[in-house]
Amino acid sequence: MLSLLVLVPLAGLMLLSFPFGARLRKWATVLAPLLPLSQIILVVFGPAGFWSGSGGLDRFCDFGLKADDLSLVMLLSIGIVVFVTLLVVGELVEGDRQRFSFTNVLVVALIGMNGTVLLSDVFSLYVFIEITTVSSFVLIAFNREKNALEGAFKYIMLSAVATVLMVTSVALLLLVAHGTSFSVVREALQASGSNVLVKIAVGAFICGLFIKGGLVPFHGWVPDAYSAAPAPVSVLLAGISTKATGIYALIRLVAHVFAGSQPLNHVLLFVGVVSIVVGALAALGQRDMKRMLAYSSISQVGYIVLGVGCGTPLGMVGAVFHLFNHAVFKSLLFVNSAALEQRLGTTDMNQMGGLGSRMPFTGATSVLATLSTAGIPPLSGFWSKLIIIVALWQAGYLGYAVLAILMSVVTLAYLLGMQRRVFFGKVPEALAQATEASFGLVVASVVLAGVTVGVGVLFPWLFNTFLLPVSGIL
Amino acid sequence: MSNDPGHLFMIFAAGAALTLVVGFYSLITTRNLLRALIGVEILMKATTLLIIVTGYVSGQVALAQALAITLIIIEVAVIAVAVGVVLCIYRHNKSLDATFFTNLKG
Amino acid sequence: MAIDIVLLGGLVLAAMATVMTARLLRAVIWLAVTSVFVALLMFRLNANIAGVFELSVCAGLIPAIFITSIGLTQRLTPEALAVRRRERLKRFWHLPLIVILAGIALSRLHVPLEAVMAPAPAAPAAADVRNVLWALRHTDLLGQIVVLLGGVFGVAVLIMEARHEQ
Repeated sequence: MLSLLVLVPLAGLMLLSFPFGARLRKWATVLAPLLPLSQIILVVFGPAGFWSGSGGLDRFCDFGLKADDLSLVMLLSIGIVVFVTLLVVGELVEGDRQRFSFTNVLVVALIGMNGTVLLSDVFSLYVFIEITTVSSFVLIAFNREKNALEGAFKYIMLSAVATVLMVTSVALLLLVAHGTSFSVVREALQASGSNVLVKIAVGAFICGLFIKGGLVPFHGWVPDAYSAAPAPVSVLLAGISTKATGIYALIRLVAHVFAGSQPLNHVLLFVGVVSIVVGALAALGQRDMKRMLAYSSISQVGYIVLGVGCGTPLGMVGAVFHLFNHAVFKSLLFVNSAALEQRLGTTDMNQMGGLGSRMPFTGATSVLATLSTAGIPPLSGFWSKLIIIVALWQAGYLGYAVLAILMSVVTLAYLLGMQRRVFFGKVPEALAQATEASFGLVVASVVLAGVTVGVGVLFPWLFNTFLLPVSGIL
Repeated sequence: MSNDPGHLFMIFAAGAALTLVVGFYSLITTRNLLRALIGVEILMKATTLLIIVTGYVSGQVALAQALAITLIIIEVAVIAVAVGVVLCIYRHNKSLDATFFTNLKG
Repeated sequence: MAIDIVLLGGLVLAAMATVMTARLLRAVIWLAVTSVFVALLMFRLNANIAGVFELSVCAGLIPAIFITSIGLTQRLTPEALAVRRRERLKRFWHLPLIVILAGIALSRLHVPLEAVMAPAPAAPAAADVRNVLWALRHTDLLGQIVVLLGGVFGVAVLIMEARHEQ
């Protein structure tokens, strides 16, 4: 039954693209949110029979899709972010035709991401990551605006390098493995892991994933693409797109395929901490809100990788939890910036001020997102960062733990700076007429804020039911 | 075909590696956007060849061909979208020169 | 064996020509030639169907896409062309040098391949790629369909909407 998650969106796309579906096109933007919404419902309430993967549709067409707890968390995150993006699309993209095209490409990205988290084959993983990437190219360049095209082109170039790295890696792995599924590759690596070709293969694949995930030093495309893309696309990219491709693949491969190799863990720890530091420091000096949030994303993804590099089950739990939290609070911050852009026409923070009184919902939700990102209790971000830091401490990486804590302070600094510049203080004359953002954006921000608060407050209960099973993937 | 798979692999891999060098060189030194895409194409060809070679050497030609075919299809989609982006850039700037990429800084 | 070395040499030379020619159109034609060499090498490695794909797509469809896009962009005047020709040789003379150096370095490299390779599987030699593609890798087939859809939507969004604007 799992194939439904990939086949239903595909069927929807094909149905709406044929001539007899023409009348349904107007309803596309209304119907489309049902897809991620049903995904969320299935994850949270779904019957076990759906997820055990056998029976039903799978007897006819077995795509080898499997869902374990990591996949469930990813599917939930994907569902939430895509749902929010679709809410925002309704408000921010003009014209029926445009909205329809946008929704189409977005559904392609959804298929790509759903497929990525359900697969257990290295090459197919690459194929579906590439699907998500290609649709991201189109989405970034969607309004054909000059900066967006530049950002899209940089992403294309770096992504091509990542492709070369990953495919070369698969080619080299073919030498030692008789297939590309996870289990075959894992056995092959265990049998011949010390050979230099195999090490090159693993390293190349990891570097390719670093590029896709936007980690330092391969993060060059992230600030440009995130800041120049249209507002709904930034929400999608920052919220889930880079994470469902690069970071998820990293977690999955490190846990299942490249199992427990110490040099690899050290590389992950190093790259993670460098990303945290570079991202946070660069975010301090930014004028443009979206660019600042892009660097903040690089920094937060560094925390996730730090958790993975720990090598312990607790670290993995922290990493996955932080991935989910980041999807929620970063999307919320980008929704806020979309609201500001909608009403003010700019994302330059130096031109803003005192908007807390004019845009109460945007202001309040952005305060919650700020506190969650910086790791303030009792919000969700606090718990996931705490778990990662405790895992680092337990595994003996004291230096990394201290750096992680220090950078949390820097995170708080640049985000509070944003809050002060944008929402507090005096309203400049040019913005005296600003009003609260439109309904869809407000609903999206309230929903996301609700999730981040809810997850934080309910954390003790969630830890046992939701998170501990995730550690079983190690 | 030669009976020495190692020898064969080294020669083919060297050829593919040199092509990769040419492709990366093109990416790094070109100023024209379309030439950058051509460089990407060269790189992907080299990697497709590498997959076939390793498949041949390890006796899995059928699997390698399946992977290569999928790779070629992905290549087409990426190039089609990339050329679309480049054409839109051309419409804005009336030039394919990459030195105008100075807008986004910092 | 000798013919393989010739084909590989041709591949690298064609790739260099692609990078070094002055005119964009010539570069695309050399790209097609490079694809032909890759396809020939694939035929030598018993990868017939992949070779056919490579010929039809990479030596046919993709150069057609490039040529169409070149047709939509500006042509060089003869003076600009002459200037560019001179400039190109100055800029790109180090490419053949780099390739030769890399070639020498690679030939000195010795990779312990035999120790690593798993013994060939007892799979029937008649495993046809069509069977493999259909029976084993149908997820990839699904992926191909979706990625093509994505490409089609992408091109529609980027090119055709722009034409509507004009």
